[in-house]
Amino acid sequence: MSVSVQQADFDPGREAEKLSAGRDDVGALATFTGLVRADKHNGGHGSGVQAMTLEHYPGMTEKALEAIVAEARRRWPDVLGVRVIHRVGRLAPGERIVFVGVAGAHRGEAFAACEFIMDYLKTRAPFWKKEDTAEGGRWVDARDSDDAAADRWSGDTGT
Amino acid sequence: MKLKVLYFASLREALGSAEELVEVPPGIASVAALRGFLAARGAGVPALAAGRNVRAAVNQQMVAGDAAIAEGDEIAFFPPVTGG
Repeated sequence: MSVSVQQADFDPGREAEKLSAGRDDVGALATFTGLVRADKHNGGHGSGVQAMTLEHYPGMTEKALEAIVAEARRRWPDVLGVRVIHRVGRLAPGERIVFVGVAGAHRGEAFAACEFIMDYLKTRAPFWKKEDTAEGGRWVDARDSDDAAADRWSGDTGT
Repeated sequence: MKLKVLYFASLREALGSAEELVEVPPGIASVAALRGFLAARGAGVPALAAGRNVRAAVNQQMVAGDAAIAEGDEIAFFPPVTGG
């Protein structure tokens, strides 16, 4: 199972190890772990985030993540393994939210596919964050910079 | 035509509903037309009004507004996604 949507925490080190366990053709393991950040944002005017609740679209979420992984494998056929975990529910600052791990023979496809999966996940997987602050709940706005990050892959079919 | 309509995140809160079965009149054949129909119900639903940044999925596939809809489809409306 390359994609999981779950409330439970995960162990990034163990997930990375599993991508290369029992095989000797993996020369590169690229991993990304996203965490809940507590800092002020919205230009510094917002109050600190006390917790975050992740809502998703059960059924579609898994399909969307699997489609993103399939697209990454199409673009980088030399990718040897992929693991994506996204947590849902209520999370505190410092907790892990998301993990993407890519195993490849060489670092090029591992780095690229890992970043591609994160960029597409940010704009195409149906998750929504709501922050709990001292002033109450606040839905996080989508950022144009995330769209731009995903768009930069559109002319690139990989190698 | 009967459809299952889902709402998520801020749209779910604004509409006070996560899911409803909707009977739409003939002529409502696209996601955009359905959104217009839903936005005009009752006293109007500002969260679905034109100009609001609303995304949609048909049968769990993200689509553009001109996507066709058919009897029994599951249509979801939601704000731009913010995962990761």
